[in-house]
Amino acid sequence: MIRVTLPHAALALSAILLAAFVWAGEPSVGHAQSAEETGLEIATEARERQKGFGNFTASLNMVLRNKRGQESKRELRLKVIEVEEDGDRTLFVFDRPRDVKGTAFLVHAHKNDADEQWLYLPALKRVKRISASKQSGSFMGSEFSYEDMGAVEVEKYAHRYLRDEPCGDLECAVLERVPLSEDSGYSRQVVWLDRGELRTQQIEFFDRREAHLKTMVIEDYEVYLDRFWRAGTITMTNHLTGKSTVLNWSDYEFGTDLDLGDFTRTALKRVR
Amino acid sequence: MIARFPVLLAASLWMLLSVLGAGAHADNGIADEIELSGRLSMETRLYPKSSAHPGQRSHASGLAVEATAYMEDDEGRSITVTPFYRYDAGDPDRTHADLREAFVLLYGDIGEDEWELRLGVDRVFWGVVESRSLVDIVNQTDLVEHPDEKTKLGQPMVHFTWSGDWGALELFGLTWHRERTFPGRRGRLRPGLVVDHGLTSYESGAEEWHLDLAARYGGSFGPVDVGLSVFDGTSREPTLLPTLADSEFVLAPYYEQITQFGLDTQLTTGPWLLKLEAIHRAGLQNRRLDQYLKYEEEDYAAFVAGGEYTIYAVWDSDADLSLIGEWTRDGRGRWATNAFENDILLVARLGLNDEQSTEFTISVLESLSSSSRVLSTEFKRRLSENWFLHLEASAYVGIDEDDVVYDVRRDSYIGVNLDYGF
Repeated sequence: MIRVTLPHAALALSAILLAAFVWAGEPSVGHAQSAEETGLEIATEARERQKGFGNFTASLNMVLRNKRGQESKRELRLKVIEVEEDGDRTLFVFDRPRDVKGTAFLVHAHKNDADEQWLYLPALKRVKRISASKQSGSFMGSEFSYEDMGAVEVEKYAHRYLRDEPCGDLECAVLERVPLSEDSGYSRQVVWLDRGELRTQQIEFFDRREAHLKTMVIEDYEVYLDRFWRAGTITMTNHLTGKSTVLNWSDYEFGTDLDLGDFTRTALKRVR
Repeated sequence: MIARFPVLLAASLWMLLSVLGAGAHADNGIADEIELSGRLSMETRLYPKSSAHPGQRSHASGLAVEATAYMEDDEGRSITVTPFYRYDAGDPDRTHADLREAFVLLYGDIGEDEWELRLGVDRVFWGVVESRSLVDIVNQTDLVEHPDEKTKLGQPMVHFTWSGDWGALELFGLTWHRERTFPGRRGRLRPGLVVDHGLTSYESGAEEWHLDLAARYGGSFGPVDVGLSVFDGTSREPTLLPTLADSEFVLAPYYEQITQFGLDTQLTTGPWLLKLEAIHRAGLQNRRLDQYLKYEEEDYAAFVAGGEYTIYAVWDSDADLSLIGEWTRDGRGRWATNAFENDILLVARLGLNDEQSTEFTISVLESLSSSSRVLSTEFKRRLSENWFLHLEASAYVGIDEDDVVYDVRRDSYIGVNLDYGF
C-alpha cells in the first residue's frame, strides 16, 4: 500500500515544485521536460491515438502452456464500446472450455472511480456483481490477470520516461509506469512503445517484491479504419513459474451497430 | 408431470414454428444456423445411514441431460429451446422431464433507453445472497434436483423489460403454475409422508391457470445494486396438508394466493460484498395448527443479511479465499415452513485460479434456536475441455425433533457428478 502511494505523492510534489519553478523562471522559452512529464506526454499521446474507435468486436483464442509444455485452450469473444469522458465498457463471452460456455463478464471501466464488474452465470440465470479488487487475479487460469485484460487508462498510472532504444526493426520509447491502485498486483511496469505509431510492443511486469514476474510481447499488428492498430498475437511469459499464455486475436470488426444498451445488466442476460 | 411434458413441448414447438413462419416473411428471416450446446451429467448419491422412512433407498444413480438449441436472425431476434431430462434408478419420482426454456426474444431502442421482450418458457433469477433463494419467486423450485432449492422449473411467461441509465424495470405476466417436484416414496431428502401430486389443490378457482403478476426494478448506484420487487399470485411454496388417501396418510400440496414484496441489495466495496435480501409475504399458512386442526394464515417478514470477504492471492499463491457469513431470519419463528427461521451460514471457498478452475468449499448452516446443524463440503475441478467433476457431501447433525428438516435427519449424503459439456 505504502509502496504505491509514496512514490505517487513524491511525484505529485515534484510536479508541483517543477511547475512553480517553470512558471517563475522561464515563461517564454521551452524548458527541459522532466522524465515524468515526457512519460506522461508519450502515454497520453498513445492513448489519444486509440480514441474515437467507437466500438468493435473480436474473437480471442487463448493457449495456456505449463512448464512441461502441456496446453489447454480457451475461446471467448469480446465486444467493446467507447464511452465519452469515461473508461470503455467491455463484454466478454466465454465459449470454451464447455463448462463455462455462455458465461459472460461485463466491465464498466471508470477513469477515476473503481470499475464496475458483473458476471453472468447461465446455469442459474444469475447476474452477480463482483468486486473490482480482483485485478491481480488470473483471468481464466491464464498468465494474464484481470488488469492485464483491461484497457490502459493513463489516469491509473504515474509515468516516467526512461530512454529510447531499438526494438526489433523499430525504434522504441521506453517508459516506466507505476499503478496507482492498491489492488494492482504490480509495483511497476516497463513499456516499450514504437516511436512511429506509439503501439505497445512489450511490457515487463514487476511484482510487489520488485521481482521481474512476467513479460508480454505484442506482435502482428494490423491497422483498422486506417487509424486503429490492433495486435494479432500477445504472448505472456511468467518467469517465476515457467508458464506462458498466447492470445490469438481474430475477427476484428469495427463500426458495428452496438450501442450502450448492449452493455447493461439486461443485455448481459441475453448474451450468447 | 411427465405426462404434461409432451403437451408443453408441443405447445412450444408450435410457437417456435409460427415464429419461424412469420420470420420467413421478414427481410432475412431466422438464420438457418441452429446453435446446439448442452450438458450430460452422470450422478451418483450415496446415503450411508439407514433410512428414516420405509421404502427409501440408500443410493440414487442416474443421468441428466440439458440441451439448448438457439437461433438468431440478423436483427438479433432469437429463439431459445432448452429441454431437460433426468433418469434416476433409485427414485422413479426423480425421473422427470422439463422444458427449462422455450422463448422468443426481441429487443430494440426507445430513444436513449431500450426495451426487451421474452415470450414463452424461461427462467428468471432474483437475489444476491448464497444461503437461500428468498426474494426469487418467478420460477418453481425443481426440488428433486438438489436440496439447495436452486434448480428451477421452466415457467411460461410474458416478460417485458425497459432499461436505461436509471436502471431496469421488468414486468411479468405468469400463468400455468408449475407444481413443486418432490422425491417419491423410494427417494431420500423427502418429508416423512409422501407428497401425492394427484391431490394438488389451489386457493384460486382458476387453479394453475391463474394469472400471476410480478414486477421488479433493478438499478446500480455506484457501489450499490438495488432490486425492489413485487409478486401477486400463486405461491411457489405449497402448504403440505396431511390427508388420508387409500387408507394411508399422504401430503396434499395446496397452493395459496400470496402477495410478496421483496428487496435485494448489495454493496460492493473493495474485497467486501455486503448483502441484504428481505421479503414481506401475505397469504401463506404457517406450521401452527389452530383449534380446527388447520394451519394458520400468517403475514410475515423474513430476511437474509450478510457479507462476503475475499482475500486475493492468499498465502502468496494465485488462489482466492472467500469467506461468507449470512444470518437468515424468518418472522414466523418456530412456525416457519422452512429451515431458515434463525440460522447462520458460514462458508469458506478456496478458488485456486488454476487451469482446471479447482475449487474447494466448506460450509456450516447452524441453527441459533436449536441444536440442528448442516455441514457441507464441495470440490469442483475441470478434467478436460469437455469434462468436469463435482463432488459434494452434506451431513445433517443433531437435528431437533421439532425442526422442519427432522424428516431428512438420516439423509446425509455423498454425491459425485461427472459432467460432459458439448
